Amino acid sequence: MELAQDRRRLAPYLLLAPGLAWLAVFFLVPMFYLGYTSLQEGSLELGYTFQWAWSNYTDSISTYRDQFLRSLEYAGLATLIAFVVSYPLAYWIAFRGGRWKNLLLLLVIAPFFVTYLIRTLAWESILADEGFVANLLRHLHLLSANGRLLATSVAVVAGITYNFLPFMVLPLYVSLEQIDTGLIEAAQDLYASKLRAFLRVTLPLSLPGIFAGTLLTFIPAAGDFVNAQLLGTPRQYMIGNVIQSKFLVITDYPVAAALSFVLMAAILVGVAAYARALGTEKLTG
Amino acid sequence: MTDRITRRELMRRGALGGAAVSLPSLLAACGGGIKSSAQTTTAGAGAKKDRSLSSVFRFSNWPEYIDVDKDGNRPTLDQFEKKFNVKVKYIEDINDNDQYFGKIQGPLSHGQSIDRDLMVLTDSTAARVKDLGWLEPLDKSAIPNIVNLQDALQHPDWDPNRDYSLPWQSGMTGIGYDPKRTGGPITSVDQVLTDKKLKGKVTLLTEMGDTVGIVMQAQGNDPAKVTPEAFDKAISAIQDAVDSGQVRQFTGNDYIQLLPKGDAWVSFSWSGDIVQLQADNPNLRWNLPETGGMIWTDNMLIPKKGDVYTACTFMNYVYDPKVAAQIEDWVNYICPVKGANEVLLKQDPGVAKNELIFPTDEMLGKVKIFDAKVSNDPDYKEKFQAVVGA
Repeated sequence: MELAQDRRRLAPYLLLAPGLAWLAVFFLVPMFYLGYTSLQEGSLELGYTFQWAWSNYTDSISTYRDQFLRSLEYAGLATLIAFVVSYPLAYWIAFRGGRWKNLLLLLVIAPFFVTYLIRTLAWESILADEGFVANLLRHLHLLSANGRLLATSVAVVAGITYNFLPFMVLPLYVSLEQIDTGLIEAAQDLYASKLRAFLRVTLPLSLPGIFAGTLLTFIPAAGDFVNAQLLGTPRQYMIGNVIQSKFLVITDYPVAAALSFVLMAAILVGVAAYARALGTEKLTG
Repeated sequence: MTDRITRRELMRRGALGGAAVSLPSLLAACGGGIKSSAQTTTAGAGAKKDRSLSSVFRFSNWPEYIDVDKDGNRPTLDQFEKKFNVKVKYIEDINDNDQYFGKIQGPLSHGQSIDRDLMVLTDSTAARVKDLGWLEPLDKSAIPNIVNLQDALQHPDWDPNRDYSLPWQSGMTGIGYDPKRTGGPITSVDQVLTDKKLKGKVTLLTEMGDTVGIVMQAQGNDPAKVTPEAFDKAISAIQDAVDSGQVRQFTGNDYIQLLPKGDAWVSFSWSGDIVQLQADNPNLRWNLPETGGMIWTDNMLIPKKGDVYTACTFMNYVYDPKVAAQIEDWVNYICPVKGANEVLLKQDPGVAKNELIFPTDEMLGKVKIFDAKVSNDPDYKEKFQAVVGA
């Protein structure tokens, strides 16, 4: 009997073990290694040595301040736009989708069947200087004669928004779909207007989805470099472009690692502040 | 896809069909090949002495860098497959030297295979990879055709006896443009960097030697012997052009997509590419800047753990003048193989007028090789990367 009890006590840990092992091997170890690398000095040819080189951090922040700020700005804008576009969409699918729900959701994730790079390259063609969209906008005088869409901040933000949109739609949908419509009816029975019922009932109940969606969009967007590289100019480059070039072109691993840590720290602080502002207890649903 | 096939069709120019491949030796012409002593001294060291061909030959190359027929096949590779009964896996995954270096350095620095038997990199990067010990030495006994290597290319300072490398093509870097859009020829680097008419329509190259080298010459400096002051001066001119919005992007080989679409009007670009693009875009032009352009050589290299014998068999095959001529007729770069031009002239006399395959003395007087020491110096690299935007 005792054995069975032991086993029962052990069960949760056994169930956790694969996940913990995964995290240890693929998260903690690389994290530690990245941290270790970020304090090294040297070059690929001469080898890298550990020096407690904190200057990697101070230098990288001061040198690449613009790219850091730009990353946060672009990612923030893209997240905001994605939210504004996604909320009505998710709302509509959740409450009005009916038997088409699954099909509509499939359509939302359909672009994911094409690789990220190809999707972004497609925008390069769509937004081309002499492409259909740019010509139409010029015709409508929304774009000046020598104005352009491609290789601008607009293109980069649009590209990021597009690429991460499903990450916003899906969590929003899940949280909206779970709402008991009886609660909304009850609010209206108690003389709340439609708007008021939405603001007091639906919106707060969908907060976990908003929280998850914004994080899932913002975090990868802040580290993105593909959109800036393909749809922007050097003046649109983000911190991801710098990290990519430090790692792969200049092979300055220590500074690349330091930059990665600074980005992570900035995002962590931002997320913590955000969670606090929204109220953590609400987020667990 | 269709436009590529059209281009290929037009580029075909007859030569392909007739070139029955005869391999090797019959080293007719030309003495002055590499002395055989070189073979014995180094070729053996560490090389796998396996004289059997592998079943698959994996070859990484740049886009638009080997002959293609109207059906989209690659005759040179197909003939190799048939002749040697080796399946060729041809991968056009090199767009930029540094990018490719970044891709392969992870596995190679840890002694792992990159699943390639042959790759093509430009001099400075080739030197870097060699110095890092990431290359297999050539098995020259499998490359008797090495005697066909052009004299001028036999002793580069980074691989004096060609123990690790064999040139694939040489080419020039200059200005590619569409005169219909620019309103005339573009020969001045100053104009490229400052003319308001071209604002946002200019692309430069992510290859430091190409971009900095051309700008340095426009400023009256010698890119073959770079001084820190001259380098900084070029960087600051490029930085100004970036800040003013003149420069749209820095590109690898991908300018070949931007120029025809009109997203770029003027691109620092490589000589052969524009000729290939002309098939579909007859407007496009390429010329050296009046102040001078760059010249470089791309080299075939065997990465560690690649199959040396198979790779060398392939090198020997493409150093047959007939095969080299077949490639040359399509890629339009400068051929490193002696005798290929003679074959080409016989098959297709029209190409003799092609100054990109047969550069005039005047052109050769205007091109320089970029200072190899600077190419791989992290400090210079970092300065250049800062301009490129990262």
